[in-house]
Amino acid sequence: MLPFTLEKVTSVQAAIAAASSGRRFIAGGTTLIDLMREEVEQPAHLVDINTLPLSEIRIEGSDLVIGALARMADVAAHSDVQRLHPLVAESLIEGASPQLRNMASIGGNLLQRVRCPYFRMHDAPCNKRTPNSGCAAIEGLNAGHAILGTSDHCVATHPSDVAVALVALDATMQVRGPRGERSFPVEELFRLPGDTPHLEHTLLPGELILAVRVPGGPSSRRARYLKVRDRASYEFALVSAAAALDVEDGVIRQARLAVGGVGTRPWRLRMVEKALIGKAPDRKIFETAARLALEGARPLSGNHYKLELLPRTIVRAFEMTGEAA
Amino acid sequence: MTTNVIGNPLPRVDGRAKVTGAARYAADFNQGGQAYAVIVGATVGLGRVTGIETAPVEKMPGVVAVITHRNAPRLPYAPHKSYIDPATGERLHVLQDDQVRFYGQPVAIVVADTLDQAERAAAALRVSYTAERPLVDPADPKARPVVPEAGKQPDARLPADTARGNADSALADAPVKVDAIYEIARENHNPMEPHATVAAWNGNRLTLWSKSQFVVNEQAEIAAVFGLPPENVQVICPFIGGAFGTSLRTWPHVTLAAMAARQVERPVKLVLTRKQMFFMTGHRPRTLQRMALGATADGKLTSIVHEGTGETSRYEEFMEALTSVTTFLYSTPNVRTRYRLLPLDIGTPNHMRGPGEASGVFALECAVDELSYKLGIDPIDLRRRNEPAIDEGENKPFSSRSLMKCHDLAAERFGWSRRLPVPRSMRDGRLLVGMGMASASYPAFHAPANARARLLPDGTAEVEVAASDMGPGTYTSMTQVAAETLGLPVERVRLSLGRSDYPPAPSHGGSWTMASVGSAIRAACMAVQEEAARRPQDGRPVEATASAQRDPDVAARFSMHSFGAVFAEVAVDPDVGTIRLRRAVGAYGIGRVVNPRLARSQCIGGMIGGIGMALMERTVLDPRDGRPVNAHMADYLLPVNLDIPQLEAHFVEEIDPHVNALGVKGLGEIALVGMAPAIANAVFHATGKRVRSLPIRIEDVLSV
Ligand SMILES: Cc1cc2nc3c(=O)[nH]c(=O)nc-3n(C[C@H](O)[C@H](O)[C@H](O)COP(=O)(O)OP(=O)(O)OC[C@H]3O[C@@H](n4cnc5c(N)ncnc54)[C@H](O)[C@@H]3O)c2cc1C
Ligand code: SF4
Repeated sequence: MLPFTLEKVTSVQAAIAAASSGRRFIAGGTTLIDLMREEVEQPAHLVDINTLPLSEIRIEGSDLVIGALARMADVAAHSDVQRLHPLVAESLIEGASPQLRNMASIGGNLLQRVRCPYFRMHDAPCNKRTPNSGCAAIEGLNAGHAILGTSDHCVATHPSDVAVALVALDATMQVRGPRGERSFPVEELFRLPGDTPHLEHTLLPGELILAVRVPGGPSSRRARYLKVRDRASYEFALVSAAAALDVEDGVIRQARLAVGGVGTRPWRLRMVEKALIGKAPDRKIFETAARLALEGARPLSGNHYKLELLPRTIVRAFEMTGEAA
Repeated sequence: MTTNVIGNPLPRVDGRAKVTGAARYAADFNQGGQAYAVIVGATVGLGRVTGIETAPVEKMPGVVAVITHRNAPRLPYAPHKSYIDPATGERLHVLQDDQVRFYGQPVAIVVADTLDQAERAAAALRVSYTAERPLVDPADPKARPVVPEAGKQPDARLPADTARGNADSALADAPVKVDAIYEIARENHNPMEPHATVAAWNGNRLTLWSKSQFVVNEQAEIAAVFGLPPENVQVICPFIGGAFGTSLRTWPHVTLAAMAARQVERPVKLVLTRKQMFFMTGHRPRTLQRMALGATADGKLTSIVHEGTGETSRYEEFMEALTSVTTFLYSTPNVRTRYRLLPLDIGTPNHMRGPGEASGVFALECAVDELSYKLGIDPIDLRRRNEPAIDEGENKPFSSRSLMKCHDLAAERFGWSRRLPVPRSMRDGRLLVGMGMASASYPAFHAPANARARLLPDGTAEVEVAASDMGPGTYTSMTQVAAETLGLPVERVRLSLGRSDYPPAPSHGGSWTMASVGSAIRAACMAVQEEAARRPQDGRPVEATASAQRDPDVAARFSMHSFGAVFAEVAVDPDVGTIRLRRAVGAYGIGRVVNPRLARSQCIGGMIGGIGMALMERTVLDPRDGRPVNAHMADYLLPVNLDIPQLEAHFVEEIDPHVNALGVKGLGEIALVGMAPAIANAVFHATGKRVRSLPIRIEDVLSV
């Protein structure tokens, strides 16, 4: 681990000022410290933002507002979140381990780095860690990698679970930087790797995530998160799906779907959503629509199974929206 | 007088010390003025070191030494092999030449004042290589099997070839056959405690506080490596945080710690990283096995052909008991076994809980399950029809064999009668439910061991033996043996383990510690009582040392093994393929149970190891350079709490008068042995799809 300085700030203003001069925020530290231990992340100066008043979870009108420093465990256990946004709660509970969820913040979760094993190996080429060094995964072991949104430069999946749920629900980010506050859809936080996989998000220098806002709506309550993996806990998704349906008089009015474990960013599937509208919710319809998810999919040597698993996961997630959690 | 201490479910005598942190593990023995060492591993899988830029690293803060093959002392490496080391080949000579034999092999060691400085210096060290593509995949056609040298003699402990009758022609003639290939992934032991050594020299005497399941062999090995008389080396390891076999051998990091300490003339502490434990300290070898069974239509086995191959390194032939159980588990006139090794560019594998048996029994018990479906005979019934009266491989009676009793007990507790025989016919809601079972077996070994007992004037007793306790509860169960023999309450007996200057004990592995060390302790306690009776009571301590070993005549007359039966229920999601174990029941015949609480705990632990083997564990090597890509606890899957359902372990009444005076057979390994086939058989029953490679994962059952 390289040496670094650690500075505590007590105001959002001070935090932004510090970050504008090149310092990195640290929240729960579960991503950052882990990668600093392995010298994959090498920040020289850290700003500890944990004392900022950004951990509130509240309901505003029909929206749920989650402070950037709210811990995964607290959000998941919050009664309003469970009642109004079960999808958010479920996606958080399915992530990481209890110990990690106690430390990990929502803001940090969205900015967590990829789990591609080569990313952590200094003795392997990785464009994301070292631009233009190559990608060890494309010709290497890539069973866990993406089939959607990949490029010839990087094929790593975005690992966050809650981000998949937030993207499905059209959540927005509230951020503040040296030039003031702005908000934008969570979906727009994430970049595709293209030929610059080292650039992962769209925050401007010095910008601090303040909160995430999840709009309420008819479909938010009939929503489920299905995470498929080989062990029951403490494993990233092979494939996951956040699915929501608004059904009225036996007909689908609105559908929402985002998937994880398959895309280089949390992957919204609007074509699948569209194919469901106006139909009666049943397995056949789900199956037909789910096939559209594979459009543009590019499997790698080790992850052909995701072509089979992705539609199945989508079908099952939509089915689950009609079942109690 | 306290009697009947043996058989009591005593809680661990060392439990309090462990949970309060008073128990000291190897890395806890910090020495004044110690320096810290970090190993630099090769980043290529095969080749030569062509350059090491030591100068810039030597100038880094706190660095006291950078040792490479260029400046390392040439060590004597006198010949030394214990039974725990491969019989053929030569151990890795560390930092003695420029060759890289496998990915991660140590190429340098950096020593600094603090751990942080050593880590940073190690990360900064630039090493260049000429590299070739290593051969690391056993399925690669370029991999050529060899006959293991130590198995060539017909009387070898692990013979390469065995035969009775004519298995191949009987197989060809058999009306019903199963003939299939089974594959098991490489697994790493992954105990909680990392390997650690603190080394301190005093002149030409060396003390090692070092994680070891076999302190007297660590002493002998390091003495041989450094050309010292064994009495100059002392190895201390009172506690072990789990090992599962990985600390049976003395690996090169122990040599490196001692080498570094001598070089810098200070004590040196060396703790391996989790990642390094994936390539420097052995693993369960990948295996490929052909298992062919022939049977009559009414389910009588007429032939078994078992051909198994395990990977090994290029420099040593690691052997395990892959085909042994096949020769005696069933009654059949025709059996042929063949065991081969596949030398690859990897580090030498080693024993991992249930070594050989766990892998071999997986193939055998899955094949028997397949046969049961072909015949339409209940799997338990099929086993009963082929239950032998004697060990037909050795042509000897068993000292005891309660296998069918185990099946009856486990089947009843499990509720096997509720099972519908047709695959894919049981459901719970949407989920496919499957029930599977398997037999398990592991040898009842016994090795010579020694112990010392001392009666103190205050009415307490001390017992010393160079054995270890890696977690099964040896401290507790041995205290029970001593207390019962001495007629003392357990609180008045103090047992000390884990020092090489105590009376020598065999390796803490092979499920033989209770039999071997327990017998030695019993003998020492009897001897000290005799001594006390002989001597006038003068208020001085009375001491006696004794040894025990199995009577060779009895050993020659009987075949001695533990047996067990394991039943498992799984649920498979027909949509997304998730496989979850729902419950498992094991019943074991292991002779006398010294402490039912610890025995149960041991069994549950072994069964959990079996869950990992069946559904999760595999170390994946990148074929381009042999690096393990999932050398990380988040990526190498082990069962977590949510994967561990209700597990039951039962013991059948079994009195074995032949194995040893205590009547114990050992159970550390057998509990792992039958679990993977029971789960695999349950997965077949649930899905109708036979998966013959472990671990069984979602992608394997998806195409259901
Ligand atoms: C072993 C392991 C398993 C895991 N499994 C899962 C899983 O299954 N599913 C899942 O979703 N996640 C998983 N995680 C990831 C975990 O959820 C994240 O590590 C965690 O959410 C990060 O939050 P943090 O507060 O610790 O972030 P930190 O480590 O403190 O920060 C992460 C990044 O975010 C930046 N940052 C933090 N807060 C802000 C802010 N307010 N504004 C701007 N930038 C900010 C930091 O500068 C840093 O770059 C796992 C992590 C580990 C280590
Ligand atoms: S997939 Fe991306 S993160 Fe992984 S090695 Fe390639 S560039 Fe690096």
